[in-house]
Amino acid sequence: MKLKNWKEVNPGSVITEPGSSEKFKTGSWRSSKPIWIEENCIQCLFCWIYCPDNAIKVKDGKRGEFDYEYCKGCGICALECPGKKGNKAIIMVEEGK
Amino acid sequence: MAKIVAVTGNEAVANALRQVNPDVCAAYPITPQTDMMQRFSGFVSDGKVKTEIILVESEHSSMSACVGASAAGGRVITATSSQGLALMNEILYIASGTRLPIVMPVVNRALSAPLNIHGDHSDAMGARDSGWIQLWSENAQEAYDNTIQAFRIAEHMDIRLPVMICLDGFIISHSIERIEYLEDEQVQNFVGEFKQLYPLLDLAHPVSYGPLILPDYYMEFRKAQAEVNTKVPEVVLDVAADFEKISGRKYGLFETYRLEDAEIGIVILNSAAGTTKDVIDEFRNKGIKAGLLKPRLYRPFPYVETGEALKHLKALCVLDRADSFGSSFSPVYMDIASSLYPYNDKPILINKIYGLGGRDYLPEHAEIVLNELIDIAETGNVKSYKEYIGVRE
Ligand code: SF4
Ligand code: SF4
Repeated sequence: MKLKNWKEVNPGSVITEPGSSEKFKTGSWRSSKPIWIEENCIQCLFCWIYCPDNAIKVKDGKRGEFDYEYCKGCGICALECPGKKGNKAIIMVEEGK
Repeated sequence: MAKIVAVTGNEAVANALRQVNPDVCAAYPITPQTDMMQRFSGFVSDGKVKTEIILVESEHSSMSACVGASAAGGRVITATSSQGLALMNEILYIASGTRLPIVMPVVNRALSAPLNIHGDHSDAMGARDSGWIQLWSENAQEAYDNTIQAFRIAEHMDIRLPVMICLDGFIISHSIERIEYLEDEQVQNFVGEFKQLYPLLDLAHPVSYGPLILPDYYMEFRKAQAEVNTKVPEVVLDVAADFEKISGRKYGLFETYRLEDAEIGIVILNSAAGTTKDVIDEFRNKGIKAGLLKPRLYRPFPYVETGEALKHLKALCVLDRADSFGSSFSPVYMDIASSLYPYNDKPILINKIYGLGGRDYLPEHAEIVLNELIDIAETGNVKSYKEYIGVRE
C-alpha cells in the first residue's frame, strides 16, 4: 500500500473510513507463531473466544486455520487451549526457526 | 450602534461569549478567571444563551470535555488561569493535534510555587508551544474584540485550531474600563454558523477520533499541523479587516506605536504596553525617538513581519512578564532575537523581566529602560543583557 504524504492525510488524524482497521496488517509484529495441531483439537473454540485480535477463523461452527496477517503472536490461544488428553492443539514456535 | 459601557475585563469577555452563544462550555473556577465563568453561567441559568454548561472536577476534565464536545460537532468554549492551564497541559496538545477549534480566554496569572494569584504571563508562556493560537490583549476592549475574532480564526476551514485569548489577571480582568459593545446581531453575523469537520454525531458518516499513529505516519501529521500554522497570520489579518468594518477598530499581527522613525524601542505584551506608550510620549516630547511593538498574534509568531518592523532600531529591549528558567533569555526575547537574526544590521537587544506575580509595572520602570537604551544606542556598551527589574537587590 502506498503511504500518503503530509498533504494527503486527514486534518487531526480523523479516520473517515469505517472498518478500515482491516487494512492495517499487524502480522509482522509477531515474534512467535501459533501452530494448530488439528488431531489434538476438540473444537471447543476457546481459542476463537480468547484471541484478542480476530486471527482464528471459524466457518460453519468449526475452527479453521490462523489468519497470520493479523495474529500478533501473543500466545493467549496456546495458553487457553485444553487440547486432547493433555496434548495441546496449539503450540508456539519462534518466528524464523 | 455600539453600546458604550463601563465594565471589567472579565465581564466584557463573558459578554462576548454570550453574544457568540456557543453550544458547550466546560469550565472549572480559578482566580482570576472565576468571575468570567460565573457571569457566563448566569447567562446560561437565565436562558440568555442556549449553551450546555458542563461543571467538571478539574481543568484536565474541562479541557477533556471540550475535546469531546468539539469532536462531537459543537462550538465549544472554556476559560482558565494559571494552575488551571498547567493542569490542562496534556489535553491542550490533544485539542490542537486533533484540530479542534475550541476558544479559551486565559486570564493570565503567576504559577505556583510560591502560591500567588496575581497577574503575570508564566501560565500562557508554558503553553506557547502547545499548538494553540494565542492572541494577547492590552485592555478589556481588546480582550472583548479578540474573543469575538478568535471564533472566526479558530473555525476557518483552512485553520481548525484552538485559540487562547490572553488578558492580564486583575489588572484587566477586574478593573473597570470604558468598552464599546457590538450589537448581539452583529456578533452573530460576524461569527456565522458553526460547521464542524467530521462531527462524531453525524451518524450517517461514522468517523474515529484519536487513533494511534505510528512512526510510519506521525511525521506527516506533524508536518501538516506545522503547515497550517503558516496560514494563520493571513487569516488573522482577513478576520481583523472584517472586524474593522463592523467595529471601526483596527487590528494587526502586532501593534506598533511611534516605531517607524524610532531609534530605540521596547517590545512588551498586554497591559504594560499602555503604561509604556505614555512614557514613550514623554520621551518623544523631549525629542527622543522611542517606539514600541506590542505582539498580538504571539502564536504562531509572525517572526518575518516582526523582524522587519524592528530591524531599523539601534537598541531594543524586550520586557517580559515571565522567565524561562534555565534557558538563555525570557520567552518573548527569544522570539524577537530569532526574528532579528537574519539581518546584518539589527538593534542591540537586551532583556528585562518585570511584574512577576502582579508586581506593579510603573512608568519609572519604562523610564529606566528607555534611558538605558539611549545610552546603549549612543555608546554601544551593554551593562547587562538580561536582568530583573523592580526587584529588591
Ligand atoms: S497468538 Fe494471540 S493473536 Fe495469534 S491467534 Fe493466538 S491469541 Fe490470536
Ligand atoms: S482452543 Fe484448542 S482445542 Fe479448542 S478449538 Fe482452539 S485449538 Fe481446538
